[in-house]
Amino acid sequence: MSLLKTQVLVIGAGITGAGIARDLALRGVQCILVEKADINSGASGANHGLLHSGARYVRNDPLAATECREECVLLKKLASQCIEDTGGLFVAVAGDDENHIADFPDLCSRSGIAVEPLDIKKALEIEPVLSEKLIAAYSVGDASIDPFRLTLENIAHALEFGGRLLLHTSVVGFKKTNGRIQVVILQDQKTGKEVLVEADQVVNATGAWAGEIAALAGGHIDLLYSKGSLLITHHRIAQRVINRLRPSSDADILVPSGTVSILGTTSVQIDTPDNVRPTVAEIDYIIETASAMVPALQTTRYIRAYAGVRPLAGSKSLDNGRALSRGFFLIDHLGDKLENFVSIVGGKLTTYRLMAERTSDLICSRLAITAPCMTRTQPLPARSACKWTQPGLAARIWMQRQNSTDAMLCECEMVSKSTVDAVIESIHNQKATPDLRAVGRRSRVGKGTCQGAFCSIRILAHMLELGELDSDQGLRDLKRFLSSRWKGMRPILWDAALVQEQLQEAVHCGLFGLELQKDISDR
Amino acid sequence: MTELEPVTYDVCTIGAGMSGMAAALFAANRGLRVALIGWGGEIIFTSGLLDLMAVHPVREMKTWRDPWACIGALVRDNPLHPFARLKRADILAGFEELLDFLEKAGVPYRRRLQRNSEVPTTLGAVKLTYCVPQTMWHGVAAMAGKKPCLLVDIQGLKGFSVFQIAAALETRWPQLRPVRISFPGRFHCGEVYPERLARALELESTRKDFARAVRPHLNGAQFVGLPPILGISRSLKIATDMENLIGVPIFEIPGTVPSVPGLRLKEAFEQFLPPRGVRVFSQLQVMKLSRDDNRRFVLETGRFSAERFIRSKAVILATGRFIGGGLRADRKQIRETLLGLPVYQPNSRNRWHREDFFDPLGHPINQAGLEIDDFFRPLDNNGAPAFQALFAAGSILAHQDWMRMKCGSGLAIATAYAAVNSLLKL
Repeated sequence: MSLLKTQVLVIGAGITGAGIARDLALRGVQCILVEKADINSGASGANHGLLHSGARYVRNDPLAATECREECVLLKKLASQCIEDTGGLFVAVAGDDENHIADFPDLCSRSGIAVEPLDIKKALEIEPVLSEKLIAAYSVGDASIDPFRLTLENIAHALEFGGRLLLHTSVVGFKKTNGRIQVVILQDQKTGKEVLVEADQVVNATGAWAGEIAALAGGHIDLLYSKGSLLITHHRIAQRVINRLRPSSDADILVPSGTVSILGTTSVQIDTPDNVRPTVAEIDYIIETASAMVPALQTTRYIRAYAGVRPLAGSKSLDNGRALSRGFFLIDHLGDKLENFVSIVGGKLTTYRLMAERTSDLICSRLAITAPCMTRTQPLPARSACKWTQPGLAARIWMQRQNSTDAMLCECEMVSKSTVDAVIESIHNQKATPDLRAVGRRSRVGKGTCQGAFCSIRILAHMLELGELDSDQGLRDLKRFLSSRWKGMRPILWDAALVQEQLQEAVHCGLFGLELQKDISDR
Repeated sequence: MTELEPVTYDVCTIGAGMSGMAAALFAANRGLRVALIGWGGEIIFTSGLLDLMAVHPVREMKTWRDPWACIGALVRDNPLHPFARLKRADILAGFEELLDFLEKAGVPYRRRLQRNSEVPTTLGAVKLTYCVPQTMWHGVAAMAGKKPCLLVDIQGLKGFSVFQIAAALETRWPQLRPVRISFPGRFHCGEVYPERLARALELESTRKDFARAVRPHLNGAQFVGLPPILGISRSLKIATDMENLIGVPIFEIPGTVPSVPGLRLKEAFEQFLPPRGVRVFSQLQVMKLSRDDNRRFVLETGRFSAERFIRSKAVILATGRFIGGGLRADRKQIRETLLGLPVYQPNSRNRWHREDFFDPLGHPINQAGLEIDDFFRPLDNNGAPAFQALFAAGSILAHQDWMRMKCGSGLAIATAYAAVNSLLKL
């Protein structure tokens, strides 16, 4: 059993935890970031990848709208490597509420959000996929953001300042005396070993799992879970973010993301945040609904679906904690008689930096540290190890290098051996163990047409040759990787995607009989 | 411009996978005037191994060494499986006729009549199968006897790693020694492709150079395992020659697509079916299938639009399932693509696949397909044969999951055999 000491322990390596770790690091605060799975395993890895201009919230949530507006402008400047500044449209089609449309520009300007009306002809000209039944269109400053790279960059920057990252490590207990957490008990998920951490302050940034962690510490957060499902198209449908101009509802946003587009979402209340999956019914509903706005969504090919969980803070925590906005909540847990525990819940990808700033402000005031927040002015440095999630980048670099011995391991997304090597190195730098899923999370591997069916075998062999995997680990890792990709394939298997799946099953089951490998248990 | 094929065929086989090829062969061997129409790509997906039957019940993941006993158990439990309409003697006769053809076409197979054999694959998983290409046969004995064996990899060859194979088989076959060498000639840098290596080895000089590169690594190995690259059309001769040059028995290790063994089968069929009287239209697909006033089938065929009309008295649908294009799914349902025949299928898309990809039960969609009568004629909505002279064979048939049961080739060959014999009877 080992004992670590630090000023702050941040629990949860999604974008919020990563942002807090960086913010604290820049203020000179010592920090350990602990994560039970891998980076972005919760909602940070399962969202729309949308940097909101704020326009979506002008009617129901003006405070969130203002926060989004400010953060959107800031992040475009400070984290530009993670952002494609696509611009966005709000569009309405025949049958949509005309009053809602008429109010929109006014509401935007009240929140200080730049909006420009477009005539129908012009809108159809710049985005020809829009429905011919278009009746209104406005241009706003929405953009597309890569949440994986954003988290990786935040973590990389924090680590440069001496921060520490513990992946695949769960919080299993808290030792308290007189309302003060003395020791946090962690457990390494791979070895089962316990690690103790003595921290002055503990931050709970676990998103949908915040209630569970708070309860473990003896605190309370009232959370509701809302599942959102999304779809990834086979190619990029539109150049801009396209929002349906109507009261926020299901399936009304289409976000471009590199070579694909992401369509969503739904909102379904669920009982537990674990093991969420998109369902066939949700996927059909999304397609039917969204095709009113973009008819091509009815016939286009999809390569994947996924689902994330929005943690929504319920009423009890509002009494208990300190409501900062309707978007996110910083809970000080003093009401739970916990003096060195803080939870940050809710919010949006767009406002992650602000959430990190507010949380770090509270932590620093408790530690009597006066250093100001730096993330509002200091750009997020672009680190080469974090870049591989960008679509098309690995391919471009491979072309430029013209090194014919650098074999292409993933042909759909053109990820070469040298790129996989770089990704593996970055995993080691995070003190984590490389496996297929970890490589996939940090690169484009498994994200193309074949969804990892063929490249997984090649990358597995390559990792084995590098000595990254134990010999008995290979087939087990392959099964796990394919099982995890399956969740997102199952609801979209018709037409060409079904043919692709049949080919995968013919190889992995028909030929190799992976389903029969009884000695390979799926843990 | 469209043209009308001047002859009326006795039977047209649609589909150029194993079932279509086999059906064309069986029909030609029985003196029928046969046309085979297919896009021609499907068969290259095969590993070269011919399964008969190995797993039942799939939910128990029970594997069988005796394929015939496995079929017996299967048809007792599942009387709707196409095998339930076949006699063992017919399945056996179908295999013999096909294997005889393949042997004469330069692609000889080995098998034990009563037993499945265990074959090492490129993933290191062990495959239980019925017929093994001669070029892979030594692998069966080498693995069974845990013989000291050298596994040879080629620099730049993808989808094949002897290190993966040796690692996965470590406990079962400890005396496997992986090595990677450069292929002789201008293959020393960059990616190399199995088909090019196979064609290169058709030259004696390349074989000599390759053997020279392998020999220093032998160090007492009694067998040498290789990727499937031992030539396309003369694989047996090349394998024998290589064995003499290297000095120990060698074997190929079957693996993923696109595969050289698949190319061998494709070339064997395309080259040796025409001399048997089969008219092969390998780059055409059937756009539309209808009937003329004389109740003969009319096939509108072409590459992208109708180019050629072909008339035939009978048709065997061997169009496969989704990969072959015989079935197609939209978001709501599964359809048969040529005639809109009724397709047995789960009643909603939510039931097509299970939550877990590796669920031992298999996915219900893989039981979808055409239901047939005892003559292998697809049924219409009333349960009667849709047409007097329309037959179906291979994976398009319902009530079988060849991927989980490991019965793909057996199903293709045996049902093609049955369909052709039914056609003669009716």
